[in-house]
Amino acid sequence: MKAEYDVIVVGAGPAGSMAARFAAEKGVSVLILEKDRDVGYPVRCGEAVSKAGIEEFLRPDPKWIASSIDKFSLISPDGSEVIIQFSETGYILERRVFDYELAKMAASCGAEILTRAYVSGLITEGGRVTGVKYQFRGEEKQLRAKVVIAADGVESRLGRWAGLKTYVDFRDMESCAQVTASNIKVDPNTCYFYFGKDVAPEGYLWVFPKGNCSANIGLGVSGLTGKKRSAVSYLNSFMEKNFPDAPTLTSIAGGVPCSVTLERISAPGIMLTGDAARQVNPLSGGGIISGMIGGSIAGRIAAEAVISNKPDYIMTYDKAWNDRLGRRHEIFNRIKNGIYNFSDEKFDSIAHSFLKVSKDKRTLGSLFRTALFNQPSLLLDVAKVFLG
Amino acid sequence: MLMIEILPGKCDFCGCCVGVCPEDAIELKEAEIRIIEELCTNCCKCVWSCPFETLKFNKKETTRLEFES
Repeated sequence: MKAEYDVIVVGAGPAGSMAARFAAEKGVSVLILEKDRDVGYPVRCGEAVSKAGIEEFLRPDPKWIASSIDKFSLISPDGSEVIIQFSETGYILERRVFDYELAKMAASCGAEILTRAYVSGLITEGGRVTGVKYQFRGEEKQLRAKVVIAADGVESRLGRWAGLKTYVDFRDMESCAQVTASNIKVDPNTCYFYFGKDVAPEGYLWVFPKGNCSANIGLGVSGLTGKKRSAVSYLNSFMEKNFPDAPTLTSIAGGVPCSVTLERISAPGIMLTGDAARQVNPLSGGGIISGMIGGSIAGRIAAEAVISNKPDYIMTYDKAWNDRLGRRHEIFNRIKNGIYNFSDEKFDSIAHSFLKVSKDKRTLGSLFRTALFNQPSLLLDVAKVFLG
Repeated sequence: MLMIEILPGKCDFCGCCVGVCPEDAIELKEAEIRIIEELCTNCCKCVWSCPFETLKFNKKETTRLEFES
Protein backbone atom coordinates (compact mmCIF):
# COMPACT_ATOMS: atom_id res chain seq x y z
CA MET A 1 0.00 0.00 0.00
CA LYS A 2 1.03 3.53 -0.68
CA ALA A 3 0.91 6.45 1.76
CA GLU A 4 -1.55 8.24 -0.54
CA TYR A 5 -3.27 7.67 -3.87
CA ASP A 6 -4.27 9.69 -6.87
CA VAL A 7 -7.71 8.06 -6.85
CA ILE A 8 -9.51 6.14 -4.09
CA VAL A 9 -12.62 4.24 -5.17
CA VAL A 10 -15.07 3.23 -2.45
CA GLY A 11 -16.95 0.05 -3.36
CA ALA A 12 -15.96 -2.85 -5.62
CA GLY A 13 -19.20 -3.43 -7.51
CA PRO A 14 -19.32 -3.03 -11.30
CA ALA A 15 -19.28 0.80 -11.15
CA GLY A 16 -16.37 0.93 -8.70
CA SER A 17 -14.27 -1.64 -10.54
CA MET A 18 -14.85 0.09 -13.87
CA ALA A 19 -13.93 3.48 -12.39
CA ALA A 20 -10.75 1.94 -10.99
CA ARG A 21 -9.90 0.23 -14.27
CA PHE A 22 -10.40 3.32 -16.42
CA ALA A 23 -8.38 5.50 -14.03
CA ALA A 24 -5.57 2.95 -13.61
CA GLU A 25 -5.35 2.43 -17.37
CA LYS A 26 -4.25 6.04 -17.67
CA GLY A 27 -1.38 5.41 -15.28
CA VAL A 28 -2.56 7.10 -12.06
CA SER A 29 -2.39 5.27 -8.71
CA VAL A 30 -5.71 3.74 -7.66
CA LEU A 31 -6.95 1.97 -4.53
CA ILE A 32 -10.38 0.32 -4.15
CA LEU A 33 -11.77 0.02 -0.61
CA GLU A 34 -14.54 -2.61 -0.25
CA LYS A 35 -16.47 -2.97 3.01
CA ASP A 36 -17.36 -6.65 2.58
CA ARG A 37 -14.88 -9.48 2.86
CA ASP A 38 -15.53 -10.67 -0.67
CA VAL A 39 -15.84 -8.86 -4.01
CA GLY A 40 -19.04 -9.93 -5.80
CA TYR A 41 -20.84 -11.32 -2.78
CA PRO A 42 -23.61 -11.14 -1.66
CA VAL A 43 -25.49 -10.76 -4.95
CA ARG A 44 -28.39 -8.32 -4.56
CA CYS A 45 -29.47 -8.24 -8.20
CA GLY A 46 -31.62 -9.80 -10.93
CA GLU A 47 -28.41 -10.27 -12.97
CA ALA A 48 -29.90 -9.47 -16.42
CA VAL A 49 -27.86 -7.43 -18.93
CA SER A 50 -27.91 -6.70 -22.64
CA LYS A 51 -25.24 -8.29 -24.82
CA ALA A 52 -24.36 -4.94 -26.43
CA GLY A 53 -23.93 -3.34 -23.00
CA ILE A 54 -21.44 -5.98 -21.92
CA GLU A 55 -19.53 -5.98 -25.20
CA GLU A 56 -18.74 -2.31 -24.85
CA PHE A 57 -16.39 -3.25 -21.99
CA LEU A 58 -15.39 -6.91 -22.15
CA ARG A 59 -15.71 -10.07 -24.16
CA PRO A 60 -18.60 -12.31 -23.01
CA ASP A 61 -17.19 -15.32 -21.18
CA PRO A 62 -19.13 -18.52 -20.37
CA LYS A 63 -17.64 -18.60 -16.88
CA TRP A 64 -19.82 -15.65 -15.76
CA ILE A 65 -22.79 -16.16 -18.08
CA ALA A 66 -25.51 -18.34 -16.55
CA SER A 67 -27.76 -18.21 -19.63
CA SER A 68 -28.40 -16.40 -22.90
CA ILE A 69 -31.74 -14.69 -23.40
CA ASP A 70 -33.64 -14.27 -26.66
CA LYS A 71 -37.24 -14.01 -25.43
CA PHE A 72 -39.25 -11.95 -22.98
CA SER A 73 -42.46 -13.31 -21.52
CA LEU A 74 -44.73 -10.69 -19.99
CA ILE A 75 -47.53 -12.02 -17.80
CA SER A 76 -50.49 -9.77 -17.04
CA PRO A 77 -52.52 -10.00 -13.81
CA ASP A 78 -55.13 -12.38 -15.30
CA GLY A 79 -52.38 -14.73 -16.49
CA SER A 80 -52.36 -13.68 -20.16
CA GLU A 81 -48.86 -14.31 -21.49
CA VAL A 82 -47.24 -12.16 -24.16
CA ILE A 83 -44.01 -13.56 -25.62
CA ILE A 84 -41.59 -11.35 -27.52
CA GLN A 85 -38.69 -12.78 -29.51
CA PHE A 86 -35.50 -10.73 -29.84
CA SER A 87 -32.84 -10.58 -32.45
CA GLU A 88 -30.40 -9.03 -30.01
CA THR A 89 -29.64 -11.32 -27.09
CA GLY A 90 -29.12 -10.62 -23.44
CA TYR A 91 -27.47 -12.53 -20.64
CA ILE A 92 -28.25 -13.60 -17.13
CA LEU A 93 -24.97 -13.18 -15.32
CA GLU A 94 -23.33 -15.12 -12.54
CA ARG A 95 -22.67 -11.90 -10.65
CA ARG A 96 -20.39 -13.37 -8.04
CA VAL A 97 -18.01 -14.44 -10.82
CA PHE A 98 -18.65 -11.38 -13.00
CA ASP A 99 -17.90 -8.78 -10.29
CA TYR A 100 -14.75 -10.69 -9.43
CA GLU A 101 -13.69 -10.57 -13.07
CA LEU A 102 -14.23 -6.80 -13.27
CA ALA A 103 -12.18 -6.28 -10.11
CA LYS A 104 -9.40 -8.47 -11.53
CA MET A 105 -9.41 -6.38 -14.71
CA ALA A 106 -8.96 -3.25 -12.59
CA ALA A 107 -6.15 -4.97 -10.71
CA SER A 108 -4.42 -6.01 -13.92
CA CYS A 109 -4.41 -2.33 -14.95
CA GLY A 110 -2.59 -1.52 -11.71
CA ALA A 111 -5.38 -0.80 -9.21
CA GLU A 112 -4.90 -2.05 -5.64
CA ILE A 113 -7.87 -3.56 -3.75
CA LEU A 114 -8.49 -3.84 -0.01
CA THR A 115 -11.52 -5.75 1.29
CA ARG A 116 -13.04 -5.52 4.79
CA ALA A 117 -12.27 -1.79 4.69
CA TYR A 118 -15.28 0.24 5.84
CA VAL A 119 -15.13 3.93 4.95
CA SER A 120 -16.48 5.82 7.95
CA GLY A 121 -15.85 9.42 6.95
CA LEU A 122 -14.21 11.87 4.57
CA ILE A 123 -11.18 14.07 5.10
CA THR A 124 -12.00 17.58 3.92
CA GLU A 125 -9.88 20.70 3.69
CA GLY A 126 -11.36 24.07 2.78
CA GLY A 127 -14.55 22.51 1.41
CA ARG A 128 -12.65 20.00 -0.73
CA VAL A 129 -12.59 16.23 -0.19
CA THR A 130 -8.95 15.19 0.20
CA GLY A 131 -9.23 11.60 1.41
CA VAL A 132 -11.13 9.02 3.45
CA LYS A 133 -11.25 7.73 7.00
CA TYR A 134 -11.74 3.99 7.17
CA GLN A 135 -11.85 1.08 9.58
CA PHE A 136 -9.78 -1.99 8.82
CA ARG A 137 -9.50 -4.98 11.16
CA GLY A 138 -10.50 -2.94 14.20
CA GLU A 139 -8.19 -0.02 13.47
CA GLU A 140 -9.13 3.54 12.49
CA LYS A 141 -7.08 4.67 9.50
CA GLN A 142 -6.86 7.56 7.04
CA LEU A 143 -5.69 7.87 3.48
CA ARG A 144 -5.36 10.93 1.31
CA ALA A 145 -6.37 11.02 -2.36
CA LYS A 146 -6.59 13.64 -5.08
CA VAL A 147 -10.00 12.27 -6.09
CA VAL A 148 -12.43 10.06 -4.16
CA ILE A 149 -14.90 8.09 -6.27
CA ALA A 150 -17.94 6.99 -4.26
CA ALA A 151 -19.30 3.74 -5.72
CA ASP A 152 -20.72 2.70 -2.38
CA GLY A 153 -24.07 1.48 -3.61
CA VAL A 154 -27.69 2.10 -2.75
CA GLU A 155 -26.66 2.64 0.89
CA SER A 156 -24.17 5.38 -0.11
CA ARG A 157 -23.34 7.95 2.55
CA LEU A 158 -20.19 9.44 1.04
CA GLY A 159 -22.06 11.93 -1.13
CA ARG A 160 -24.00 13.23 1.86
CA TRP A 161 -20.81 13.70 3.81
CA ALA A 162 -19.57 15.84 0.93
CA GLY A 163 -22.72 17.96 1.15
CA LEU A 164 -24.69 16.50 -1.77
CA LYS A 165 -28.36 15.60 -1.45
CA THR A 166 -28.32 11.90 -2.11
CA TYR A 167 -31.17 10.20 -0.26
CA VAL A 168 -33.82 8.53 -2.38
CA ASP A 169 -37.51 9.40 -2.10
CA PHE A 170 -39.03 6.31 -0.48
CA ARG A 171 -41.56 6.13 -3.33
CA ASP A 172 -38.68 5.69 -5.80
CA MET A 173 -36.89 3.01 -3.78
CA GLU A 174 -37.78 -0.43 -5.12
CA SER A 175 -37.39 -2.71 -2.12
CA CYS A 176 -36.52 -6.14 -3.43
CA ALA A 177 -36.67 -9.68 -2.14
CA GLN A 178 -35.16 -12.44 -4.23
CA VAL A 179 -34.19 -16.10 -4.21
CA THR A 180 -32.10 -18.35 -6.37
CA ALA A 181 -34.18 -21.50 -6.60
CA SER A 182 -33.83 -24.96 -8.10
CA ASN A 183 -36.39 -27.20 -9.83
CA ILE A 184 -37.76 -24.22 -11.74
CA LYS A 185 -39.09 -25.61 -14.99
CA VAL A 186 -39.12 -22.62 -17.31
CA ASP A 187 -37.70 -21.98 -20.77
CA PRO A 188 -33.92 -21.59 -20.29
CA ASN A 189 -33.70 -18.65 -22.73
CA THR A 190 -36.70 -16.59 -21.63
CA CYS A 191 -36.90 -13.79 -19.07
CA TYR A 192 -40.32 -13.79 -17.38
CA PHE A 193 -41.91 -10.63 -15.99
CA TYR A 194 -45.11 -10.68 -13.91
CA PHE A 195 -47.22 -7.58 -13.34
CA GLY A 196 -50.17 -6.72 -11.14
CA LYS A 197 -51.24 -5.57 -7.72
CA ASP A 198 -51.32 -9.06 -6.24
CA VAL A 199 -47.80 -9.89 -7.47
CA ALA A 200 -45.72 -6.71 -7.25
CA PRO A 201 -47.61 -3.40 -7.10
CA GLU A 202 -45.66 -0.45 -8.53
CA GLY A 203 -42.94 -2.79 -9.65
CA TYR A 204 -42.64 -6.20 -11.22
CA LEU A 205 -41.67 -9.75 -10.41
CA TRP A 206 -38.93 -11.45 -12.42
CA VAL A 207 -38.07 -15.07 -13.12
CA PHE A 208 -34.69 -15.15 -14.88
CA PRO A 209 -33.35 -18.60 -15.86
CA LYS A 210 -29.85 -19.50 -14.70
CA GLY A 211 -29.44 -22.92 -16.34
CA ASN A 212 -29.93 -26.44 -14.94
CA CYS A 213 -33.55 -25.66 -13.98
CA SER A 214 -32.45 -22.95 -11.56
CA ALA A 215 -33.60 -19.34 -11.68
CA ASN A 216 -33.14 -15.96 -10.09
CA ILE A 217 -36.63 -15.03 -8.87
CA GLY A 218 -37.39 -11.74 -7.21
CA LEU A 219 -39.53 -8.65 -7.09
CA GLY A 220 -39.41 -5.03 -6.23
CA VAL A 221 -42.13 -2.92 -4.66
CA SER A 222 -42.04 0.80 -3.97
CA GLY A 223 -42.00 2.28 -0.48
CA LEU A 224 -45.64 3.26 -0.95
CA THR A 225 -46.53 -0.42 -1.22
CA GLY A 226 -44.09 -1.31 1.55
CA LYS A 227 -46.12 0.83 3.95
CA LYS A 228 -48.79 -1.86 3.77
CA ARG A 229 -46.98 -5.06 2.85
CA SER A 230 -43.31 -6.01 2.53
CA ALA A 231 -41.45 -7.32 -0.52
CA VAL A 232 -40.64 -10.64 1.17
CA SER A 233 -44.30 -11.25 1.91
CA TYR A 234 -45.19 -10.81 -1.79
CA LEU A 235 -42.35 -13.11 -2.83
CA ASN A 236 -43.37 -15.84 -0.37
CA SER A 237 -46.94 -15.77 -1.72
CA PHE A 238 -45.71 -16.04 -5.31
CA MET A 239 -43.35 -18.93 -4.56
CA GLU A 240 -46.01 -20.87 -2.62
CA LYS A 241 -48.45 -20.47 -5.48
CA ASN A 242 -46.12 -21.04 -8.45
CA PHE A 243 -43.09 -23.00 -7.25
CA PRO A 244 -44.09 -24.68 -3.97
CA ASP A 245 -41.42 -27.39 -4.19
CA ALA A 246 -38.46 -25.28 -5.25
CA PRO A 247 -35.44 -25.50 -2.91
CA THR A 248 -33.90 -22.06 -2.42
CA LEU A 249 -30.15 -21.80 -2.74
CA THR A 250 -29.98 -18.15 -1.75
CA SER A 251 -32.49 -15.77 -0.25
CA ILE A 252 -31.67 -12.11 -0.07
CA ALA A 253 -32.95 -8.54 0.17
CA GLY A 254 -31.90 -5.54 -1.89
CA GLY A 255 -32.81 -2.02 -2.86
CA VAL A 256 -32.87 -0.37 -6.28
CA PRO A 257 -33.09 3.43 -6.50
CA CYS A 258 -35.47 3.90 -9.48
CA SER A 259 -35.28 7.63 -9.99
CA VAL A 260 -33.49 10.15 -12.12
CA THR A 261 -29.77 10.64 -11.46
CA LEU A 262 -28.85 12.90 -8.54
CA GLU A 263 -28.86 16.61 -9.33
CA ARG A 264 -25.11 16.75 -8.67
CA ILE A 265 -22.78 13.75 -8.95
CA SER A 266 -19.53 15.62 -8.41
CA ALA A 267 -18.25 18.08 -5.82
CA PRO A 268 -14.71 19.33 -5.13
CA GLY A 269 -12.56 16.21 -4.69
CA ILE A 270 -15.36 13.65 -5.01
CA MET A 271 -17.40 11.92 -7.75
CA LEU A 272 -20.37 9.56 -7.32
CA THR A 273 -21.10 6.61 -9.56
CA GLY A 274 -23.38 3.58 -9.93
CA ASP A 275 -26.28 3.12 -7.50
CA ALA A 276 -24.65 5.74 -5.24
CA ALA A 277 -25.22 8.34 -7.98
CA ARG A 278 -28.66 6.83 -8.75
CA GLN A 279 -27.48 5.90 -12.24
CA VAL A 280 -29.95 3.01 -12.48
CA ASN A 281 -32.33 2.82 -15.46
CA PRO A 282 -35.47 3.82 -13.55
CA LEU A 283 -37.83 1.98 -15.90
CA SER A 284 -36.20 -1.46 -15.82
CA GLY A 285 -34.34 -1.13 -12.54
CA GLY A 286 -31.24 -2.35 -14.35
CA GLY A 287 -28.07 -0.83 -12.98
CA ILE A 288 -25.17 -3.07 -14.03
CA ILE A 289 -24.47 -1.64 -17.47
CA SER A 290 -25.44 1.93 -16.59
CA GLY A 291 -23.22 1.70 -13.50
CA MET A 292 -20.35 0.40 -15.62
CA ILE A 293 -20.84 3.28 -18.04
CA GLY A 294 -21.00 5.81 -15.18
CA GLY A 295 -17.93 4.26 -13.56
CA SER A 296 -15.93 4.27 -16.77
CA ILE A 297 -16.66 7.96 -17.34
CA ALA A 298 -15.85 8.83 -13.72
CA GLY A 299 -12.57 6.89 -13.78
CA ARG A 300 -11.44 8.45 -17.04
CA ILE A 301 -12.25 12.01 -15.95
CA ALA A 302 -10.66 11.50 -12.52
CA ALA A 303 -7.41 10.33 -14.14
CA GLU A 304 -7.44 13.22 -16.61
CA ALA A 305 -7.94 15.69 -13.74
CA VAL A 306 -4.98 14.18 -11.87
CA ILE A 307 -2.68 14.04 -14.91
CA SER A 308 -3.46 17.60 -16.01
CA ASN A 309 -3.29 18.80 -12.39
CA LYS A 310 -6.69 20.49 -12.80
CA PRO A 311 -8.70 19.28 -9.78
CA ASP A 312 -11.90 21.03 -10.85
CA TYR A 313 -11.94 19.18 -14.17
CA ILE A 314 -13.83 16.41 -12.32
CA MET A 315 -16.88 18.68 -12.33
CA THR A 316 -17.26 18.01 -16.08
CA TYR A 317 -18.41 14.51 -15.09
CA ASP A 318 -22.03 15.63 -14.53
CA LYS A 319 -22.40 16.81 -18.11
CA ALA A 320 -20.55 13.82 -19.57
CA TRP A 321 -22.92 11.46 -17.74
CA ASN A 322 -26.06 13.41 -18.63
CA ASP A 323 -25.08 13.49 -22.29
CA ARG A 324 -24.42 9.75 -22.34
CA LEU A 325 -27.37 8.40 -20.29
CA GLY A 326 -28.66 10.81 -17.65
CA ARG A 327 -31.13 12.60 -19.91
CA ARG A 328 -32.44 9.29 -21.28
CA HIS A 329 -33.09 8.20 -17.72
CA GLU A 330 -35.24 11.29 -17.18
CA ILE A 331 -37.51 10.12 -19.99
CA PHE A 332 -37.49 6.51 -18.75
CA ASN A 333 -38.50 7.85 -15.36
CA ARG A 334 -41.55 9.61 -16.81
CA ILE A 335 -42.57 6.42 -18.63
CA LYS A 336 -42.10 4.49 -15.38
CA ASN A 337 -44.41 6.88 -13.55
CA GLY A 338 -47.02 6.37 -16.28
CA ILE A 339 -46.79 2.58 -16.23
CA TYR A 340 -46.74 2.27 -12.43
CA ASN A 341 -50.16 3.86 -12.31
CA PHE A 342 -51.63 1.21 -14.62
CA SER A 343 -54.46 -0.76 -13.05
CA ASP A 344 -54.62 -4.55 -13.34
CA GLU A 345 -57.45 -4.11 -15.87
CA LYS A 346 -55.22 -1.92 -18.01
CA PHE A 347 -52.36 -4.46 -17.98
CA ASP A 348 -54.85 -7.17 -18.95
CA SER A 349 -56.40 -5.12 -21.74
CA ILE A 350 -52.94 -4.33 -23.19
CA ALA A 351 -52.09 -8.05 -23.13
CA HIS A 352 -55.41 -8.98 -24.77
CA SER A 353 -54.99 -6.35 -27.53
CA PHE A 354 -51.41 -7.44 -28.12
CA LEU A 355 -52.30 -11.11 -28.39
CA LYS A 356 -54.47 -10.16 -31.42
CA VAL A 357 -51.31 -8.94 -33.20
CA SER A 358 -50.03 -11.73 -35.47
CA LYS A 359 -47.16 -13.67 -33.92
CA ASP A 360 -44.49 -12.57 -36.37
CA LYS A 361 -45.28 -8.92 -35.65
CA ARG A 362 -44.95 -9.15 -31.85
CA THR A 363 -41.97 -6.97 -31.01
CA LEU A 364 -41.22 -4.69 -28.07
CA GLY A 365 -42.02 -1.76 -30.36
CA SER A 366 -45.46 -3.10 -31.25
CA LEU A 367 -46.11 -3.86 -27.57
CA PHE A 368 -45.30 -0.24 -26.79
CA ARG A 369 -47.71 0.90 -29.49
CA THR A 370 -50.43 -1.27 -27.98
CA ALA A 371 -49.71 0.14 -24.54
CA LEU A 372 -49.90 3.65 -25.95
CA PHE A 373 -53.42 3.13 -27.24
CA ASN A 374 -54.27 2.52 -23.60
CA GLN A 375 -52.29 5.50 -22.28
CA PRO A 376 -51.92 8.13 -25.01
CA SER A 377 -50.27 10.64 -22.67
CA LEU A 378 -47.18 8.42 -22.67
CA LEU A 379 -46.76 8.95 -26.38
CA LEU A 380 -44.71 12.11 -26.10
CA ASP A 381 -42.23 10.58 -23.69
CA VAL A 382 -41.83 7.41 -25.72
CA ALA A 383 -41.34 9.44 -28.88
CA LYS A 384 -38.47 11.26 -27.14
CA VAL A 385 -36.81 7.94 -26.28
CA PHE A 386 -36.89 6.77 -29.88
CA LEU A 387 -35.77 10.14 -31.20
CA GLY A 388 -32.80 9.90 -28.81
CA MET B 1 -37.08 9.88 21.72
CA LEU B 2 -36.44 6.96 19.39
CA MET B 3 -39.54 4.97 18.47
CA ILE B 4 -38.09 2.82 15.68
CA GLU B 5 -36.50 -0.48 16.55
CA ILE B 6 -34.44 -3.08 14.73
CA LEU B 7 -35.97 -6.50 15.22
CA PRO B 8 -33.31 -9.09 15.97
CA GLY B 9 -32.40 -11.76 13.43
CA LYS B 10 -34.24 -10.25 10.45
CA CYS B 11 -31.82 -7.77 8.89
CA ASP B 12 -30.15 -8.77 5.63
CA PHE B 13 -27.92 -5.64 5.54
CA CYS B 14 -29.23 -4.62 2.09
CA GLY B 15 -29.13 -0.86 2.63
CA CYS B 16 -32.64 0.19 1.49
CA CYS B 17 -33.17 1.96 4.81
CA VAL B 18 -29.88 3.86 4.54
CA GLY B 19 -30.75 4.94 0.98
CA VAL B 20 -34.10 6.47 1.95
CA CYS B 21 -33.11 7.99 5.31
CA PRO B 22 -33.26 11.79 4.91
CA GLU B 23 -31.26 12.33 8.11
CA ASP B 24 -28.27 10.03 7.51
CA ALA B 25 -29.30 8.32 10.75
CA ILE B 26 -28.47 4.72 9.87
CA GLU B 27 -25.03 3.14 9.78
CA LEU B 28 -24.53 -0.09 7.86
CA LYS B 29 -21.43 -2.26 7.71
CA GLU B 30 -20.97 -5.73 6.23
CA ALA B 31 -23.16 -7.43 8.85
CA GLU B 32 -23.93 -4.67 11.37
CA ILE B 33 -26.67 -2.08 11.41
CA ARG B 34 -27.24 0.76 13.84
CA ILE B 35 -29.72 3.65 14.15
CA ILE B 36 -27.99 6.86 15.23
CA GLU B 37 -30.39 8.01 17.91
CA GLU B 38 -29.40 11.69 17.90
CA LEU B 39 -30.19 12.02 14.17
CA CYS B 40 -33.35 9.89 13.82
CA THR B 41 -36.63 11.83 13.57
CA ASN B 42 -38.91 8.74 13.57
CA CYS B 43 -40.08 9.58 10.02
CA CYS B 44 -40.56 5.84 9.29
CA LYS B 45 -39.31 5.88 5.69
CA CYS B 46 -36.86 3.11 6.63
CA VAL B 47 -39.72 1.03 8.02
CA TRP B 48 -41.71 1.34 4.77
CA SER B 49 -38.71 0.52 2.59
CA CYS B 50 -37.43 -2.56 4.42
CA PRO B 51 -37.95 -5.66 2.23
CA PHE B 52 -37.63 -8.04 5.19
CA GLU B 53 -39.78 -6.33 7.88
CA THR B 54 -36.72 -5.71 10.04
CA LEU B 55 -37.59 -2.20 11.19
CA LYS B 56 -40.64 -1.48 13.30
CA PHE B 57 -42.30 1.69 14.50
CA ASN B 58 -43.56 1.63 18.09
CA LYS B 59 -45.69 4.25 19.75
CA LYS B 60 -43.31 4.25 22.69
CA GLU B 61 -39.58 4.62 23.25
CA THR B 62 -37.44 1.79 21.90
CA THR B 63 -34.02 0.57 22.90
CA ARG B 64 -33.10 -1.98 20.23
CA LEU B 65 -31.01 0.20 17.97
CA GLU B 66 -28.48 -2.27 16.67
CA PHE B 67 -28.17 -5.71 15.21
CA GLU B 68 -25.07 -7.68 14.39
CA SER B 69 -25.01 -11.14 12.89
